[in-house]
Amino acid sequence: MLEARQHSGASASPLLEVAGLEAWYGESHILHGVDFQVREGEVVTLLGRNGAGKTTTLKSIMGIIGKRRGSVKFEGREIIRASSDHIARLGVAFCPEERGIFASLDVRENLMLPPEVRPGGLSLDQIFDLFPNLKERLSSSQGTKLSGGEQQMLAIARILRTGARFLMLDEPTEGLAPVIIQQIGRTIARLKSEGFTILLVEQNFRFASTVADRFYIVEHGKIIDGFANADLGANMDKLHTYLGV
Amino acid sequence: MNIQALSAQLLVGLINGSFYALLSLGLAVIFGMLNVINFAHGALYMMGAFCAYFLLNLFGIGYWPALIIAPIVVGLFGILMERSLLQWLTGLDHLYGLLLTFGVALILQGLFQNYFGSSGLPYAIPTELQGGVNLGFMFLPIYRGWVVIFSLVVCLVTWYLIERTQLGAYLRAATENPTLVRAFGINVPRMITLTFGFGVGLAALAGVLSAPINQVRPLMGADLIIVVFAVVVIGGMGSIMGSIITGFALGVIEGLTKYFYPEASNTVVFVFMVLVLLLKPTGLTGRAT
Repeated sequence: MLEARQHSGASASPLLEVAGLEAWYGESHILHGVDFQVREGEVVTLLGRNGAGKTTTLKSIMGIIGKRRGSVKFEGREIIRASSDHIARLGVAFCPEERGIFASLDVRENLMLPPEVRPGGLSLDQIFDLFPNLKERLSSSQGTKLSGGEQQMLAIARILRTGARFLMLDEPTEGLAPVIIQQIGRTIARLKSEGFTILLVEQNFRFASTVADRFYIVEHGKIIDGFANADLGANMDKLHTYLGV
Repeated sequence: MNIQALSAQLLVGLINGSFYALLSLGLAVIFGMLNVINFAHGALYMMGAFCAYFLLNLFGIGYWPALIIAPIVVGLFGILMERSLLQWLTGLDHLYGLLLTFGVALILQGLFQNYFGSSGLPYAIPTELQGGVNLGFMFLPIYRGWVVIFSLVVCLVTWYLIERTQLGAYLRAATENPTLVRAFGINVPRMITLTFGFGVGLAALAGVLSAPINQVRPLMGADLIIVVFAVVVIGGMGSIMGSIITGFALGVIEGLTKYFYPEASNTVVFVFMVLVLLLKPTGLTGRAT
């Protein structure tokens, strides 16, 4: 049913293929069989209410959730049982919701922390071109002394260096001022134009609608619907019901 | 004031401070990465000294190679210990790691006592470092000067490694958020194992350094480690520079106390510990979280 709603004409197999993904936090069963796909070069957004399982989905793909079952294929390779360091080495990069800037590292060390996993990552010049503010703050002592927006940019910038071409961004706009959100939106558009594939989790639907090619709706640990950005108008009523806005 | 007696005590203080610094540095590195309070640290220090003793008496391998071989051998023992025992305690309360390593320390010390008794085994000062120099105000045995300088260099190199290199950035980041560092593609479990091996290697190195001064005894570490824990508490758990400075400083303070008020020399470190705990519970250089 969902397949029919997706773009037709995708001849190549998807970059990321998630099927029947289940995940547990300790005893609590969070994901109950998540199915979706991301094709190369797409920006796909997972939408849904708080606690629906969006973040858990990203973490499960990244291999951070200890107990998971089902299938996650990246570039056709099964990674459901791989460790997160192994998954990262395949070219999957993750920017967590809490941003994960390290207090014991200065800004430059934070930026340079993730090791290169593939050739072809952005150079520092390209990164400073995307995020001019970061360049000025490079010599700042502690990464956590940056503003929220700067921390978010740092968190995105550091994974662009690594050569990973598939980025998972968990709520990159959360708690940020509109002008910063616009900058992040422009960044995502530019990354897309340069061929990056992005899986986004967002609460901010208006923001997501400006950057995403397709949406999936997550509810109670499952994908319950999905549609292309082009069909957004026709799906607005449903969307309001799903998101409760 | 007898300047000669004072400088002699200062030197003893610096020597003790060297051992405090090397040992508390290893403890701090291990605590930062593994969240384990390694009570076996004193026993591993003792094993370093015994390793040097065996190398010399069984294989005819002298002091200089032992400085490298003993830390590697004992470090590998530490890696075995981490892989077989400590790794299963990840995520549990500190108390489990403390009890486990305390048990390991008792077993190791018991084994060595069983075979070698409690009295000291001699280990000669290498010929290159025998003798001393008269500094005018005091006589400086060359070996003791060497221990102080070499320890200081090892401490500073370790500090540089952790605070100023990319490898150190991985270590610091993994101390804060191991899950995320692993999700960047770094094999954190392997890094934890190697860090434990490194910390243990530092203890073994201190053991080799101390062999010619304190003799090789099964309980040599048990006596020392209590003071070293006080040093770690004063310096701040997990702070690298804090452990180094506090280690040397408390050795010197102990030495000065021996000169000015010998009765208090065994307790002065613990008095400091109580004061620091009352006034600044995170330790002098501890990072508030």
